[in-house]
Amino acid sequence: MKSNGVIRELLRNRTLLLMFLPVATLLFLFNYLPLAGLVIAFKDFDFAKGIFGSDWMDPLLDNFEYLFSSSTAFRAMRNTILLNALFIVVGLLFEVGFALLLNEIRNKYFKRVTQSLTFLPFFISWIVVGVFAYNLMNFESGAINRVLETIGLQPIDFYSEAGLWPFILTIAIRWKVTGYGTIIYLAALTSIDNSYYEAASIDGATRWQQIRYISLPMLQPTIIILTLLAVGRIMNADFGMFYAMVGDASLLFPTTDVIDTFVYRSLRKSGDIGMASAAGFMQSIVAFILIIGSNYAARKIDRDSAIF
Amino acid sequence: MVAKKFSISQFIIIIGISLFSLACLFPFIMVISGSLSTEKDIMDYGYTLWPKSITFDSYRILFLGSSRIFDAYGVSILVTVVGTILSLFVTSMGAYVMARRSFKYRNILSIYVIITMLFNGGLVPWYIICVRYLDLKDTLWALILPMLANAFNMFLIRNFMLSIPEDMNESAKIDGAGDFKIFYRLIVPLSVPVLATVGLFVALSYWNDWFLGLMFVDKQELQPLQLLLRTLISNVEFLKSSSNASAMQRISAQIPSESIKMALTVVTIGPIIFLYPFVQRFFVKGLMVGAVKG
Repeated sequence: MKSNGVIRELLRNRTLLLMFLPVATLLFLFNYLPLAGLVIAFKDFDFAKGIFGSDWMDPLLDNFEYLFSSSTAFRAMRNTILLNALFIVVGLLFEVGFALLLNEIRNKYFKRVTQSLTFLPFFISWIVVGVFAYNLMNFESGAINRVLETIGLQPIDFYSEAGLWPFILTIAIRWKVTGYGTIIYLAALTSIDNSYYEAASIDGATRWQQIRYISLPMLQPTIIILTLLAVGRIMNADFGMFYAMVGDASLLFPTTDVIDTFVYRSLRKSGDIGMASAAGFMQSIVAFILIIGSNYAARKIDRDSAIF
Repeated sequence: MVAKKFSISQFIIIIGISLFSLACLFPFIMVISGSLSTEKDIMDYGYTLWPKSITFDSYRILFLGSSRIFDAYGVSILVTVVGTILSLFVTSMGAYVMARRSFKYRNILSIYVIITMLFNGGLVPWYIICVRYLDLKDTLWALILPMLANAFNMFLIRNFMLSIPEDMNESAKIDGAGDFKIFYRLIVPLSVPVLATVGLFVALSYWNDWFLGLMFVDKQELQPLQLLLRTLISNVEFLKSSSNASAMQRISAQIPSESIKMALTVVTIGPIIFLYPFVQRFFVKGLMVGAVKG
């Protein structure tokens, strides 16, 4: 009888189910099938035989053994985590700081114009940002080197100085997404009741003390949630940024090669599917643990702010 | 807030913010200036904020010398328009089903969607599925389909639709409307704010996408604009080797590679810059609403 009720309920809502079908199909094809495809990491993949028809690896973990014995793969893992950690910390300081500064501005017109300008870079692709970076840094005609020359300093060949790139990439990200990232903090700041500030200033609190004891504590939940979510994504580097800014400049790989670019290269350039799938598998597992973990932490702090 | 007297800190803050804002603007000006400069000026003086002497040669070569730029523009526009419309249609319809409180199994569907946000098969299986099983290699669909269903956007739309009273569905139903009719006659018009915001985001990601092209498109005439720019940056030679080299030679004895790169960059960001003043405030508003709601 019970299953009968389920079927009746489904039949009554068949239009709704039909409306859900397109999106369900798309998610199945592009998200669920690749999930099942994770088994590739344990297989000796043969394009002709397909994912499920290919033979199992013998020994089963051979792809992983190959991966772990590769120093390039280790380097990619290390770079992914270190660079993303750097981006998260600098991003947090910069975005909160910028929101606080913008919030101090009393001239409405100035506020609006500067906000528009800083939001502008968010609208362009990383490819275009790559062109901008090239304009500033290329050896022969880059603007930075021209300035260095005129003040009598040696020009720098940025595209062969791996050590500089963690900073260059950090600056590039800040340049591109600060305007966007600030908006949420600014929204949180403007929603703070003005009477707190008025009471504080009657008690003689300076602007700095008001920020320290009112604004920052009020921002704290937003800061924690956004940071935790960012930590959940730490294994996934922004492929677009790395590929557009660094591309195939192998001289820079010691500091800029991340899992995403490593997997892409193994897959599309060197055709090393075994290695690529093992690296991708590792990335997926760690990412999953981090997402679940950071969401769990977010839930503990503020139930409503967690994604699920 | 009460207007305060002029203070040093206020002055420093204004200077700081102004500097950062200008830093956000300068690269755009430099690219435009570079696209209008002669090759010789770029070689002699580097990239500057204002061209020493203005020339439109690079644009002329770009547009007359090769049909590839028109192909790429067409691909980008087509993918953006079709992708945005289809994506809005598919995701809003799915979101509506998840938002129908009277539908008993809506939570199961929500879990089905959430799972795609948590687990990720990674690049390799995804690539192999798309190429070997879905046969997307070198098709326009490869640039559209993988980005159509977006779980995050679906929840954004669903949350908005949840704020529409369920009674509206019921009363429309009593009036004899079917579920789909309720959706497009009643719910969609009421959801315009969120659909517009999501639509802009989707359109922007389609316009700026080149990853799908990089993965799936080897055929030159199917490459989107961003990918063409990427190819040109790493290799100007392709312009010389592509179709209409002799016409290019007639226009200019030597192909100005640096300023051509800049011209194509300007062409690529052109539509965005034109739309920017109109959509920017809308974006900010949409984001603010989303942020405050949590």
